[in-house]
Amino acid sequence: MLKKSLISSLKVLLVFTVTLGLIYPLVIYFIGQTFFYNKANGSLYVRNGEVKGSFLIAQNFTGEKYFWPRPSYINFNPMPSGASNLGPTSKDLVQQYLLRKKNFIHLNFVNEQNEIPSEMLFASASGVDPDISKTSAMLQIERVSKARNFDKLQKEKLYNLIDSLAEYPQFGIFGSEIVNVLKLNIKLDELSNKNE
Amino acid sequence: MSYITDLIQLIIFVGVLVAFSVPLGNFFAKVFQGERNFLSPVFSKIESAFYSLVRIDSGYQMDWKEYAVQLLIFNLLGFLVLFIIQIVQQSLPLNPQHLPNVNLLLALNTAVSFTTNTNWQSYAGETTLSYFVQMIGMTVQNFLSAATGIAVMITLIKGIATRNGKYLGNFWVDVTRAVLYVLLPLSFLLSIILISQGVVQTFNHSVTETTLEGISQTIPLGPAASQISIKQLGTNGGGFFNTNSAFPFENPTPLSNFLQVLSILLIPASLVFTYGKMLGSKKHAWTIFGVMLSVFLIGVVVSYLSETASNPIFHTNQLMEGKETRFGIFNSVLWSVATTVASNGSVNSMISSMSPVSGLVAMLNIQLGEIIFGGVGSGLYGMFLFIVITVFISGLMVGRTPEYFGKKIEAYEIKFSILAVLLPSIIILVFTAVAVVSNAGLSSLSNKGPHGLSEILYAFTSAGGNNGSAFAGLNTNTNFYNVLMSIAMIIGRYGVIVPILAIAGSLVKKNIAPATTGTLATDNFLFAFLLFGVIIIVGALTFFPVLSIGPLLEHLLMNLKITF
Repeated sequence: MLKKSLISSLKVLLVFTVTLGLIYPLVIYFIGQTFFYNKANGSLYVRNGEVKGSFLIAQNFTGEKYFWPRPSYINFNPMPSGASNLGPTSKDLVQQYLLRKKNFIHLNFVNEQNEIPSEMLFASASGVDPDISKTSAMLQIERVSKARNFDKLQKEKLYNLIDSLAEYPQFGIFGSEIVNVLKLNIKLDELSNKNE
Repeated sequence: MSYITDLIQLIIFVGVLVAFSVPLGNFFAKVFQGERNFLSPVFSKIESAFYSLVRIDSGYQMDWKEYAVQLLIFNLLGFLVLFIIQIVQQSLPLNPQHLPNVNLLLALNTAVSFTTNTNWQSYAGETTLSYFVQMIGMTVQNFLSAATGIAVMITLIKGIATRNGKYLGNFWVDVTRAVLYVLLPLSFLLSIILISQGVVQTFNHSVTETTLEGISQTIPLGPAASQISIKQLGTNGGGFFNTNSAFPFENPTPLSNFLQVLSILLIPASLVFTYGKMLGSKKHAWTIFGVMLSVFLIGVVVSYLSETASNPIFHTNQLMEGKETRFGIFNSVLWSVATTVASNGSVNSMISSMSPVSGLVAMLNIQLGEIIFGGVGSGLYGMFLFIVITVFISGLMVGRTPEYFGKKIEAYEIKFSILAVLLPSIIILVFTAVAVVSNAGLSSLSNKGPHGLSEILYAFTSAGGNNGSAFAGLNTNTNFYNVLMSIAMIIGRYGVIVPILAIAGSLVKKNIAPATTGTLATDNFLFAFLLFGVIIIVGALTFFPVLSIGPLLEHLLMNLKITF
């Protein structure tokens, strides 16, 4: 009986391996490549024939002239992705939090009374969270405008830009209002170029 | 705070879950009873073609021992294949990153993990496994370990429903139907929707690009969508990427998130109605479902309240460490509860960074035995153990031989039920104890204080309960953890499956006694209440002491603003 079982097991495993491990992913692959080419390949942002990033993967923006994404435990290098996994009673987390808060207030000329959205003070789960809340984007306008020597009108345009880029909630229910930082920075560059 | 929209999301979630699981459950019942269903015209031909291809007589019937042996051999073989392809992946195709062979103990842990439906990951997918191993190894075992769980469940139902019989069905037929009619069609649909949201499905090499600011960044890619859908649906949980469904390529939008968290519970919830349908008592199914839903909702509410309570150390009620902006607090909490009541183990936020009480809820969910919806198949057969114990205790109280669907529950069934309930619990507690008194166990910690104990306890809870989620501060890619956790996963899986099959083998032989006025009804509120009580008492009493010096203590210290 054991020998027969073993042979049956081998045959079943072989057929399942071919169908589930090869044919099934390939069929999904072809459907994906046919109907959702860009998304299936990583939602890449290509400028002048050159890949400049993915809309789903946050980039490390540190300069004054760009909107900043959330803090990243892996410094935006997703090979592999990772989070701090620090617990709520971790001294390290408290120190990181205080430092981020100080920097954000200081560098963005934020009034100390303002409440800074929590996502800018805590590292994301993936390390490459592409989004920030609309409020967090608005709080960075002052700094970005100053760094780019924007006049009042351009600054006004920046407000509208963030408004127009805000995505979600999906179907009005799922998720909260957020802005994709890469999309925002691309539009920001365009806005600057137009005015030059 | 948007309590109202969060509440609406919860209501929609539960509503959709119920709306889909009732018809799906009835459909599954038809499938496993071999009745015609809407997929039959095409799929029954594929099914017969498959049987003739592998030369299996689908009419052949097995008793419980043969069924168990067949299952174990099949799982062992799956394990071996998965183990071998990892340690030689360098020589295999579809490895565009030229990743090296996986080291032996890590490969052992991973192979055990995926064949036991645990999907604990001591490795990071994007930098450890080739596309070949992800597809041929991981994806295949995601299907087959889930199908194994469903097959055991179906066998148990047959054991309960058959009068004076001997045979429980055919393992190959049950597995094949589980894959063909249940797992594959749903995975197919979900994969395509996920790609439409931005989940990748490509064989391209990872992309190295220069960002707007001129920094070089490498982005991992891969055939992820086809694996992620079955990972969610089969309560597997092993991510394609390291941060699982928190990674944007694995879970890009709130909609993909909703569908993925729904997929965790969809099949387990449906199987409750399959159970009721095949046993001929819809009311019993609703009774079980009601108990499951109550415990689930209590978990969600407690976890949510804890997560949105003002944190005394950070003075915020939005602790976003280890969470993604597009999901926010509520969807992170919902996922953490769903993934632990079911034996899924995927995450969309880092449970280690949640509030202590949320961590406790997640841990306790697994420790209860993942019977609240639970793993595909395994959740319901785990719940069956508690039903047996409840029936037995109630029988003792009124002084009658306990019966379940007319079958006498006797010493044999009780012994095996207790064994199956205790084995995973003992493993969790003993292994945790071993780890906290050994250097090898403690040197992997990244958090200090009670949170450190929680990390270790969670790891063994996750392994013993075949969950696979993690308090991921713990580095488990060490020889100590790789080996100990492999043992925990094997005992946690087969230490339950074999007793369940033994019980099915015993029940199938029994006569069905007609219900009398003295029979304890198992389809009313009283029984639901008793069942609820037994689950809480058994689960909580086993684990309360250790939970009190882990997450509970951390909660108290946090409120005193003590950090480590």
